[in-house]
Amino acid sequence: MNKLLISPSPHVHSGDSIEKNMYGVLIALIPAFICSVLFFGMGALVVTLTSVIACLLFEYLIQKFLLKQQPTVLDGSALITGVLLAFNVPSNLPVWIIIIGALVAIGIGKMSFGGLGCNIFNPALVGRVFLLISFPVQMTTWPVAAGFNTSYLDATTGATPLALLKEALKTGQSVSDIMTSGAVGSYRDLFLGNMGGSLGEIAAIALLIGLVFMLFRKIITWHIPVTIFATVFVFTGILHLCNPAQFADPIFHLLTGGLMLGAIFMATDYVTSPMSNKGMIIYGIGIGIITVVIRVFGAYPEGMSFAILIMNAFTPLINRYCKPERFA
Amino acid sequence: MNTIVITIISLCAIGIASAVILYFVAQKFKVEEDPRIDTVEGLLPGANCGGCGYPGCRGLAEAAVKSENMDGIFCPVGGSEVMNKVAVALGREVAVQAPKIAVVRCNGSCSNRPRTSVYDGARSCAVEHSLYVGDTACAFGCLGCGDCVAACPFDAIHMNKETGLPEVDETKCVACGACAKACPRNIIELRNKGPKDRWVFVSCVNKDKGAVARKACTAACIGCMKCAKECPFDAITVENNLAYIDYTKCRLCRKCVAVCPTGAIHEVNFPERKITEKL
Amino acid sequence: MLKTFKIGGVHPPENKLSSGEKIQILPVPEQVIIPLGQHIGAPATPIVQKGDTVKAGQLIATATGFVSANIHSSVSGTVVAVDSVTDAAGLSKPAITIKVEGDDWEADIDRSAKTEHNITLSREEIVKAISAAGIVGMGGATFPTQVKLSPPPGSKAEILIINGVECEPYLTADHRIMLEKAEEIVVGVQILMKAIDVKRAVIGIENNKRDAIEKLQSLTAKTLGVEVCPLKVKYPQGGEKQLIKATTGRAVPSGALPIAVGAVVQNAGTALAVYEAVMKHKPLIERVVTVTGKSVKKPGNYLCRIGTPISKLIEAAGGLPEDTVKIIGGGPMMGRAMVNPDSPILKGTSGVLIVNDKEGARKPSRNCIRCSKCVSACPMGLEPYLLMTLADHNMLEQMETEKIMDCIECGSCSFTCPANRPLLDYIRLGKARTGAMIRNKKK
Repeated sequence: MNKLLISPSPHVHSGDSIEKNMYGVLIALIPAFICSVLFFGMGALVVTLTSVIACLLFEYLIQKFLLKQQPTVLDGSALITGVLLAFNVPSNLPVWIIIIGALVAIGIGKMSFGGLGCNIFNPALVGRVFLLISFPVQMTTWPVAAGFNTSYLDATTGATPLALLKEALKTGQSVSDIMTSGAVGSYRDLFLGNMGGSLGEIAAIALLIGLVFMLFRKIITWHIPVTIFATVFVFTGILHLCNPAQFADPIFHLLTGGLMLGAIFMATDYVTSPMSNKGMIIYGIGIGIITVVIRVFGAYPEGMSFAILIMNAFTPLINRYCKPERFA
Repeated sequence: MNTIVITIISLCAIGIASAVILYFVAQKFKVEEDPRIDTVEGLLPGANCGGCGYPGCRGLAEAAVKSENMDGIFCPVGGSEVMNKVAVALGREVAVQAPKIAVVRCNGSCSNRPRTSVYDGARSCAVEHSLYVGDTACAFGCLGCGDCVAACPFDAIHMNKETGLPEVDETKCVACGACAKACPRNIIELRNKGPKDRWVFVSCVNKDKGAVARKACTAACIGCMKCAKECPFDAITVENNLAYIDYTKCRLCRKCVAVCPTGAIHEVNFPERKITEKL
Repeated sequence: MLKTFKIGGVHPPENKLSSGEKIQILPVPEQVIIPLGQHIGAPATPIVQKGDTVKAGQLIATATGFVSANIHSSVSGTVVAVDSVTDAAGLSKPAITIKVEGDDWEADIDRSAKTEHNITLSREEIVKAISAAGIVGMGGATFPTQVKLSPPPGSKAEILIINGVECEPYLTADHRIMLEKAEEIVVGVQILMKAIDVKRAVIGIENNKRDAIEKLQSLTAKTLGVEVCPLKVKYPQGGEKQLIKATTGRAVPSGALPIAVGAVVQNAGTALAVYEAVMKHKPLIERVVTVTGKSVKKPGNYLCRIGTPISKLIEAAGGLPEDTVKIIGGGPMMGRAMVNPDSPILKGTSGVLIVNDKEGARKPSRNCIRCSKCVSACPMGLEPYLLMTLADHNMLEQMETEKIMDCIECGSCSFTCPANRPLLDYIRLGKARTGAMIRNKKK
């Protein structure tokens, strides 16, 4: 007989692993990726591939040569960062900018804190916001969704519905004027993803399919996405009821911009979101409120990235004060 | 031009107002502290190892200033030299303490102590100790997970991959005692360094009966009393089947080393023994 | 909708391989080793010496102090040693070794199969009989039963809860006794009700034991005050606090005993032992043990004398399989891995699980990804990820404020962790150290 193995209890494990969760998220991202390729063509493919490869490469190099650790690039976390970074940029972004974004995301957003599990901010968003501030023109020149044949670098460009709304409101038009003018498209278009925007954020339906998949596989819980949706809905609903001419209705806010992508895939990032259910709800409410405040009153048309990053910073504080419901 | 002037003036005003507020707040919440604490802290090594039993060097400094004499206040890192300076600064006498070193009292290397099971839990001696006998049949010996290595603030103790036991680096060890505290089996002891940095110790803490201890480890102390009978200085006591050498009485004659049947008594830093001595 | 407890919990694969196997009687071995510390509390004091002859059921060691239990010889024969032996964890523990000669029982023990129904003893006499018989909690916690039946002054029990949950995967010993000794258990429950003077008893059984639920329901239909409560399958429902919550909806406050909400919990096996002690004068000298595992040839449930070497039990189940890597005393979630298969079966040994190489070794521990799955799994509403870090850094005060002492060590956190972190290993260590600190403070 071999020497017996001794360990403290429990002696069985659920079989869950980091990989299962990470690749589960990636599977949930597939519908959104298909939609982006259908609407933006080869550009979406090139941007996503570049971003993923760059993220994996930077993670490997940093782990191998700077931190001198055993590289763990295949655990799926860098893959997710790559995909999410790509999903947050326009599909006509030049390759070199994406590579810079990937370096910032992995190098500064993740590895400088000590790697997986140690970072305070969502790495993909760190990369995205860095690019947005450094390359504002390229980052806000959105190709018009023209189907699979949209060319990569010289696509016709246009604005996102949120940007259109913001610009038009400045010129004194009312919300209903803008909606009826046809510039922003019908709700059906918005729901299916037929609008300008970052390549992964457009198709609400695809993102919702991803949400259902992740809930079903118990990768995430409902708390964060649902509270974000509910907060945005209630907050914009109140504003809309107060002044329909000045503030767009809640459905418009839910379907446009990065709200779906952010609420479902970015805010729910394990590492940077709170641990207790109560904490997750507070975090979700915070994101919802900050997003709407930036969208409606701020200078930027979209505020999801900033809202998530700001609430990421509050996560340790939330964890400190929001304890789970104790037994008795 | 106007804007610049207004900006400068308003910034200055804010600065002055803040400074005034800060000044009054600082006055209000001022903590009266004995200035000698800072002096003593300055004399201490500043490693904050906790080896003295106080929370960091400042803790020791506070305790030193508050207490009447220097009893129980000793910085193992700085040693007598530093404590002399501290005593002078406080105008007191200091008891001289001989330099010490951490000694690992287990020789249960892989060849001496056969492995009987495979430990598969958290890599922590404390966890393994609370769980069971350990991956050998010796319930007293080193578990080899390296809690002492993790506890050392001076990088002075390392696991030897071949023996599976920790080894103390004499040049780096300052006898702060962190490893001794971390060891769940109390294997590590702080012992006096003898003259010329030589010392003799029983490298075993097994309290089982001789036969049981011997079965678990060929290098175990079996409590045979030979060393105690041999010692001319009455420095060795055998209790619970285990010999212990009192380092204050030991004169480093090494007679015990020669008679130990299992080689459990170790000598350190002695020159090679002449062969005639054994005969 | 079946009842269960609210917070946390996990669903490990049930693997009840031996649930259909009838209880068999394991032959008496040539020699038994009866350790003196088979219960929580002080080890018993031996009253026999080397060379004495003893009968099965004879008292050989008496309880030392209040929280302790009597120990009886499980066989007849000669005492060959009163000395220390190596226990399952490889440590030396005091024990009495008896060489078996024949099978001669104490005269007053009733060994007939007839079920006695008339409880004639008074409350005090019952507790005395239980105390004399050396009965301890048979679920594995081995807390002396008479202590639990003597509530502290000022508190009054209102309800008796019988734990027939057996939420540990693999184990089926309680399931089988509830099926095969149902009548005896019901009488045992009535004895216990009388002992703590309550009018109501609930038998909590998880819904994966339908046959036992139906059997006990049919038996208790005409018994006043005793009801069977089927529960949703969820680990750790057998935890005392979880079971009280599931069956009555009452929550035992942090740091309090079940009596604080008027509940007394006893295991189904304990109820059977109580019946035998009170009605048949039989002390606790044998128990049903499940021997199981995926590679075991004949998983089964055996009635064994206390002190029988575990290796004998494994032989009866078809021998130790080739691919064995681990032997566990108890279930896979809370059982203890053993180094010494020749160690004896104790009063609290509910099962022996033999793990094969496919599910034996743990996977390497990795960085915490803060997925909060341990927080959702914790049945006490604690934060295992935080407690592990605090325990690793030995931050005792913080651990106390984070309620580490509430941890029931069920292992749900380690079970569920996707990064394979040894959460419970460290929490258990931190709990022990924090507990020591709290006790020191009180002094």
